[in-house]
Amino acid sequence: MTDYAPLSLHVPEPAVRPGGTPDFSNIRIPRAGQVARPEVDVDAEAIRDLAFSVIRVLNRDGEAVGPWAGSLSEDELLEGLRHMMTLRAFDARMQMAQRQGKTSFYMQHMGEEAVSCAFRKALKPGDMNFPTYRQAGLLIAGGYSLVEMACQIYSNTHDPLKGRQLPVMYSSREHGFFSISGNLATQYIQAVGWAMASAIKNDSKIAVGWIGDGATAESDFHAALVFASTYRAPVVLSIVNNQWAISTFQGIARGGSGTFAARGLGFGIPALRVDGNDYLAVHAVAQWACERARRNLGPTLIEHVTYRVGAHSTSDDPAGYRPKTESEAWPLGDPVIRLKNHLIVRGAWSEERHKQTEAEILDTVIAAQKEAESHGTLHSREHASARDMFEGVFSQMPPHLRRQRQEAGV
Amino acid sequence: MAQRTMIEAIRDAMDVMMSRDDDVVVFGEDVGYFGGVFRASQGLQAKYGKSRCFDTPISELGIVGAAVGMAAYGLKPCVEIQFADYMYPAYDQIVSEAARLRYRSNGQFTCSLVVRMPTGGGIFGGQTHSQSPEALFTHVCGIKTVVPSNPSDAKGLLIAAIEDPDPVIFLEPKRLYNGPFDGHHDRPVTPWSKHDLGEVADGHFAIPLGRAAIRRPGNAVTVLAYGTMVHVAASAVAETGVDAEIIDLRTLLPLDLDTIEASVKKTGRCVIVHEATLTSGFGAELCALVQARCFYHLEAPIARVAGWDTPYPHAQEWDYFPGPARLGRALIETLEA
Ligand SMILES: Cc1ncc(C[n+]2csc(CCOP(=O)(O)OP(=O)(O)O)c2C)c(N)n1
Ligand SMILES: [Mg+2]
Repeated sequence: MTDYAPLSLHVPEPAVRPGGTPDFSNIRIPRAGQVARPEVDVDAEAIRDLAFSVIRVLNRDGEAVGPWAGSLSEDELLEGLRHMMTLRAFDARMQMAQRQGKTSFYMQHMGEEAVSCAFRKALKPGDMNFPTYRQAGLLIAGGYSLVEMACQIYSNTHDPLKGRQLPVMYSSREHGFFSISGNLATQYIQAVGWAMASAIKNDSKIAVGWIGDGATAESDFHAALVFASTYRAPVVLSIVNNQWAISTFQGIARGGSGTFAARGLGFGIPALRVDGNDYLAVHAVAQWACERARRNLGPTLIEHVTYRVGAHSTSDDPAGYRPKTESEAWPLGDPVIRLKNHLIVRGAWSEERHKQTEAEILDTVIAAQKEAESHGTLHSREHASARDMFEGVFSQMPPHLRRQRQEAGV
Repeated sequence: MAQRTMIEAIRDAMDVMMSRDDDVVVFGEDVGYFGGVFRASQGLQAKYGKSRCFDTPISELGIVGAAVGMAAYGLKPCVEIQFADYMYPAYDQIVSEAARLRYRSNGQFTCSLVVRMPTGGGIFGGQTHSQSPEALFTHVCGIKTVVPSNPSDAKGLLIAAIEDPDPVIFLEPKRLYNGPFDGHHDRPVTPWSKHDLGEVADGHFAIPLGRAAIRRPGNAVTVLAYGTMVHVAASAVAETGVDAEIIDLRTLLPLDLDTIEASVKKTGRCVIVHEATLTSGFGAELCALVQARCFYHLEAPIARVAGWDTPYPHAQEWDYFPGPARLGRALIETLEA
């Protein structure tokens, strides 16, 4: 005889499934400007609450308020708006190109543009990002060429990666963008290693690791936290919580922990949550964390709270696992519209200029796309060559590969 | 009997086993509510409940490690790794744990579990959605490795795998999910609904692990193939007009060596084909076994046709993939040798 009822398995469920009414009432969102801005040398213990709150700068009226406001000039904000609009336009064109059969696959950023675009502004030349596939804003805001991006997506004769990589798996050492791996989370601990190298060499560079909410479940994430903690690596560890990992809602990866940011606390790593759809807040928090790394104060964990508006990829249809109108109910709004409204409130922007800029950006993106297409697309006669397939496996091609290349007749 | 795609056959196998045996549980990334990115487990959560079919955090180590613990308890987990290319985080749990549990505990703890994973190329998936890692499993002592080539086999073999008392790696050639892809990427694929082997018996039936199937009897040369390459071999044979005997291995470990030996002794020639890279691929093991068993019957060197020894490329997929043209050349060379 036992006093215990039989055990049962707990499996978390999202609040709503297709057919239901979207509901984000479980997400607690403080008013903009409410969260304190500690000194960068603060003890992790002293700011535990920041791992459970949401740092926000832009309020409902489009004003920048509170201690985290003011990290960027008006010109920088105008430039930031252009970056986000460019990323959005580029996504739309490439998504369409995939549908037209010009490439095999695409992944867009809709709703998450502020995260990578604003973060990039806190970085300096020589710093290195270890991104996932959803941070192309780091490239665009870093001045990388749209043509090269499109050439990579098309796997054409000018693809800097020679057709070897899946579309959007960019790499640009020059632009502080580590080669993207299709294997989730592997980059997170590598970012820590890169930062440790910088410390070993008494350098001044820092690293940023990027990961999605879902991928934090991988062991690489936990390895990154323990190494970053132990060696106080000059690294910023960023989590992009866009609520979904393909069909899996964030509660499956988060489990019983209140937030993803709270994962840092057990490692003694200062952890902050930020409104990922607020360009100003993302930048201010990124700058704070980068400052800590540069001053050798160690790692910072940032959870960007955002929402994946689009499908996971061109191979996915979210209608099968979440309400169709869920994105409209997302309480943190749209990052482009929010920054636009802020700039209008400041008197630095107008609906008219916005429309005009949108048209200009579209022209620029289309021109870049056309130029890329002049070098071929995935299934056109001109694409990355079969010969290139055998290059770059090793620094020097070993005899067995030479023989195979010969056999392949390329 | 019903016409089924390979995915439907796999789903049916899990359904049959879940309904017969309460100990069968199914889980993996996106496997529960959504039913898996390839929809293999669609409807199983609704039918059997959330504690028998559920979504997991994205941790392949977690999926297989948890499955080992459950199997040790006495359940029969049938888990999914979303793509074989993502099994590496789970490799330690497979190699050091699942494979050796029976041996090291002298049978106190055993590990009856199945790890399903889509494998192989042909979908422009680049290096992380195209790999064929079977040799990384056949090299490990204590696990079985299965690669079906059609819906009927997929169902019968998966049922046998779930019923097996030892861990089984079940590799599903994803390019075959919808039809018997023969390597002619520029032609439409006949759907399984129009193919004999798309006819799948209802209810419970098992195809014993360790038995090959002769797909085409012939006298001139033996072709050893599995998965997608079975269909590539069929088209290469049809196009060259070579009277080849095509053997579909179905299970790589345990291997049906008797069927292989009888065939090679009859034909005196052997061509081995796989998608996986050449060096240290499963073809090397086959080659060694065939020469040991059939040396005095061989009239030509054993040939291997395989993926080039490079990471699986994106744009150059069809330069990389060992298609019917390459296999056809090897057949002719082996006959003329
Ligand atoms: C090791 C590994 N396991 C599984 C996958 C398949 N996969 C690709 S993306 C993805 C979901 C990732 O979700 P999240 O980390 O939240 O990032 P998001 O796509 O939302 O940006 C999965 C499961 C993979 N690429 N690598
Ligand atoms: Mg996500």
